[in-house]
Amino acid sequence: MYLRGKDVLGLENMTPEEIKLILETAGPMKDIIRRDIKKVPTLRGKCVVTLFYEPSTRTRSSFELAGKYMGADVVNISTSTSSVVKGESLRDTVLTLQAMGVDIIIVRHPAEGAAQYIARSVKAGVINGGDGTHEHPTQALLDMFTIRQYKGSLAGKKVVIVGDILHSRVARSNIWGLNKFGADVHVVGPGTLLPPDMGKMGVTVHHRMEEALEGADVVNILRIQLERQQKGLFPTSREYARLFGINQQRLSYAKPDVLIMHPGPMNRGLEIAPDVAYDERSAIEEQVTNGVAVRMALLYLLSGGGNIEISN
Amino acid sequence: MKLVIRGGWIIDPAQQINKKADILLAEGKIAAIGEGLSAADAQVIDATGKYVVPGLIDMHVHLRDPGLEAKEDIYTGTRAAAMGGFTSVACMPNTRPVIDNISGIGYVQNRAQSAGAVNVYPIGAITKGSEGKELAEIGDMVQAGAVAVSDDGKPVSNAQVMRLAFEYAKMFDIPVIAHSEDLYLAEGGQMHEGYVSTVLGLKGIPAAAEEVMIARDCLLAEYTGGRLHVAHVSTAGAVEIIRRAKARGVKVTAEVTPHHLTLTDEAVRGFDTNTKVNPPLRGTADIAALIAGLKDGTIDSIATDHAPHAFEEKDVEYRYAPFGISGLETAVPLVLQALVHSGEMKLEEVVAAMTLQPARILGLDKGTLETGKDADVTILDPAFEHTLDPQRFVSKGKNSPYGGRQVKGRVVATIVAGEVVMQEGRLLK
Amino acid sequence: MTWIEKTQIMDADGIRRALVRIAHEIIEKNKGVKNLALVGIRRRGVPLAQRIAEQIKKIEDVDIPIGILDITLYRDDISTLAHQPVIHRTEIPFPLAGKKIVLVDDVLYTGRTVRAALDALVDMGRPEFIQLAVLVDRGHRELPIRADYVGKNVPTSKREMVSVMVKGIDQDERVFIREFTD
Repeated sequence: MYLRGKDVLGLENMTPEEIKLILETAGPMKDIIRRDIKKVPTLRGKCVVTLFYEPSTRTRSSFELAGKYMGADVVNISTSTSSVVKGESLRDTVLTLQAMGVDIIIVRHPAEGAAQYIARSVKAGVINGGDGTHEHPTQALLDMFTIRQYKGSLAGKKVVIVGDILHSRVARSNIWGLNKFGADVHVVGPGTLLPPDMGKMGVTVHHRMEEALEGADVVNILRIQLERQQKGLFPTSREYARLFGINQQRLSYAKPDVLIMHPGPMNRGLEIAPDVAYDERSAIEEQVTNGVAVRMALLYLLSGGGNIEISN
Repeated sequence: MKLVIRGGWIIDPAQQINKKADILLAEGKIAAIGEGLSAADAQVIDATGKYVVPGLIDMHVHLRDPGLEAKEDIYTGTRAAAMGGFTSVACMPNTRPVIDNISGIGYVQNRAQSAGAVNVYPIGAITKGSEGKELAEIGDMVQAGAVAVSDDGKPVSNAQVMRLAFEYAKMFDIPVIAHSEDLYLAEGGQMHEGYVSTVLGLKGIPAAAEEVMIARDCLLAEYTGGRLHVAHVSTAGAVEIIRRAKARGVKVTAEVTPHHLTLTDEAVRGFDTNTKVNPPLRGTADIAALIAGLKDGTIDSIATDHAPHAFEEKDVEYRYAPFGISGLETAVPLVLQALVHSGEMKLEEVVAAMTLQPARILGLDKGTLETGKDADVTILDPAFEHTLDPQRFVSKGKNSPYGGRQVKGRVVATIVAGEVVMQEGRLLK
Repeated sequence: MTWIEKTQIMDADGIRRALVRIAHEIIEKNKGVKNLALVGIRRRGVPLAQRIAEQIKKIEDVDIPIGILDITLYRDDISTLAHQPVIHRTEIPFPLAGKKIVLVDDVLYTGRTVRAALDALVDMGRPEFIQLAVLVDRGHRELPIRADYVGKNVPTSKREMVSVMVKGIDQDERVFIREFTD
C-alpha cells in the first residue's frame, strides 16, 4: 500500500485505500507524540517548508511539530498575499524553494487551486494546508481519525456539519472523505451560506438545526467568520447564534453519546456555547493532537524515493 | 490582379448558392461565379474537395491596440484573424485608452491600414472611458467609421444611461452591443455558479447575473426602439429571453462564441486559467439551448470574443488570472465540430452565422460572394483532421483551453480584397 | 528471477528445542529473571518472544513482561525505498527504565534491524542493559553487533535468504534457505 502521487491536494481524488493507509499510519504516530522523547529519526535530512499565505497558528504549528517529531528540518515562511500582488509570482517562489533543496512544501493559500498549481510546478511533494474555499485535506483526515477513534468506524454514522458551508474548505474535504467510508453526511446552515447543488456531493441539506441534529453521532461545528456578516450573508451574529448556534438544548436532539468537534479557533457564544465546547463529549482538544499524528503520517508517506532493496 | 478558385464547392447564403463552381476575383472584387472560369493572367487556386465561402466576419475581437500590446496588437491580431479564416473583424474599444472618441477610431483605422492583414472595423465606446456614466461622442465616432458602440468587458449598469444610449444610437442606426452582467450578482465570481463551483470552492457567477441584464436591455430596446445586440450569450435563460423579445418585435440580435458551444464548467476542474472567461463556461443544458437558439434564429451570429492575454498574466492562481480566451485561430474547427459534424446544423447555416449575419448586424457591405462585392473569400476543408496547439498561434495570446484537442476541419486559405493573405497555414502578408 | 527453496535447516521440533535452550541460557546468564523483560521485533520476533516467555514461565514460574517493537521509523533506508513500508504500533506496556531487556528477532544478518531496534528502545527509556536473542545467525554483519543467544548458526551466501516460519504468523513452522536465481 502506498499513496499514488507525490502530493496530497485534496480528498476528492483520493481513493478510500489511500485514506485508510494514512489513518492507519497515524495511529502509531500518535504514540510517538505521547512519549518522553518525541522524536524519531525517520525524516532526518529531509527538509519541509510551510509556505503560508494566510495567517494560521494552529495548522502551521501542527505541521511544524509533525515535521520535527519525524526528524525533518522545518522552515516556516509566512507571506502576505500583498507581496504576490506586488508581482512576486507563486511559481517563482516555489521554484526558488525547490532549488534550495526542499523535499516537501506545505502550502496554505487564499486562492482555490493554488496547491494544485504549485504541485504542477515542482518535483517536490506538496501538501495542501488549505486552498481558498476548495479543500483542506489534513483537517478532514484528522476529523475522520478522531471519529474512528471514538466511534470505531465511519460507516453508517450520521455526521452533521454545521455553519458556513459555502466558505468552508473543511466541509468540502470532510464530505468527500466521509462519503468514501459510507458515513451519512448532513449539512445545516443558513441558505445564504450553503452553495448550490450541495446534494450532488452526497449530503442531505437542512436549514433547521433540530431536524439536522436528530439522531446524530457526530456534530462538526464550523467557525463563523465575522466578515461574512459584514458582507450581509446573515443579518446579525445575534440571530445566527439564536438560529444556528450549538447549545445543550439543541444537542439533546442528537444521540446521547454524540461526538462534538470543531476545527478551531472557536467563537464561543456564536457558533458554539461554552458549555458545549467543554462538554465531556467534546473531542476538540483531541482533534488537535490527532492533527499532528495525521500530518506526521502524511510526511512519512510522502517521503519515499529510489528503489526497493531486498532486506532480510 | 486576378485569381481563379477552381473546382471548389461554393456556399453563399446571401444568394442561396450551394454548388460546385469556379469563382473569379478581379481588381479586388468578385468578378464571376460559374463553370470553367479562367483568365489569361490569373493566379489559380485549386479548391477541389474544399468549400469556398464568403470571407468570415468576426464581429467581436479584442485587438488590445492601443495600450495593451503585450497581449496583442493590430499586426498580430489581424494575422491571427487571417489564420482563422476571418477577412474582417470588428474590434472592441476596451483598450488603453478606451476608444471613446474620433481620434481613437482614427488610430485603429490608420494602424489597420498600415499594419493590418484583414479588414478592421472599430467599435466605439458607449460611455466616456467605458465608465458607464456619460455617453461618448457616438455621433463623431460613427461618422469616422465606428460600426457599433459597446462598453464590452463591462456592463452599463445604470439603466438610465443604457436607455440614453439606445435613444442616441438609434439616430445613426447602429447597434448597441451589450456586455450583460449584473456586477452585484457577479461580484468576485470566477466561474459559472453550479455544482462544479460548489466542488471547487470558486465563487460562482450565476446565470441570473447575465439574464437580468439581458432582460433589462430587451425592455429598454423595446421601449426606445433602439437596436440591441447581445454579446456572448451563454445561458439557456438568456436564449429564452431573447427569443421572446424577438417574437414581440424587439430589435435585438445576439451572438454566441465557439467556447460557449464546446466547453462546460467541467473544464474548470484542474484550475486551468485558460478556462477562465466572462461570461463563464456554463452547463450542458446551456450548450443545448445555445445550439437550439442558433438553429431557430434566436441567436444570429457566431463571434469569437477573441481575448488574448500575455503568458504571465494567465500563469497565476485561478483567482488572479484575467478573463478571456484567445479564439480566432480555433473558431472554425470548433464550430464545425459542435454544429456541423455533430449533425446539428448544415454548413451553409453556420457560414451564414459567420458571414451574412454579422455583416447585416454591423451594416457592412460584405458577407456575400455576389458579383461586384469585395473579393473577401475563405476556403475551408471541413474534413482535415488535426490537433490544436495554442503554442503555434500567430496571436500573442496563447491562452486557449483547447491545446491537444483533436478536431476535424481547417481553413485552407484566407483572401482579402482578392489578395491571398493566408494559404495552407502560411501567412503571405 | 525467482526464489527457489534450497535446504531446510530446522523443523518445528528443532525450533522448539532451540527456544527451550535460549530460555535456559537467559535465566542462567542473568542469574534469574528479576527485572527481566522480552521485546520482540515485528513481525516474527514477536511470537518467538512469546515462546521464550512461556518456557521461562515453565522453568521459573514467573510471568515475564513482553513488548512489541516496530522499527520501521528507525530504518536507515527509508529515503531509498520507492514506497514507505506500512507502520505498525510499538507496544511496550512497561517502563523500560532499569529493566534488563532481551531483544528477540528471527534472523540476525547485517545487524541494521538490531541497530534500529536499539535506537528505538533508547528513545523510549533507559534500560539497565539490552541483550539480543535470535533464532538464526546467518552472518554477513555490516555493523559491530553480536547476539547473546543464538538458536542456530547458519553459514550462508549473500544470494541466499533465510526464511523463518512460525505458527501465529505462518501456516508452517520451520526454517529453510531460499536462493535467488536468474
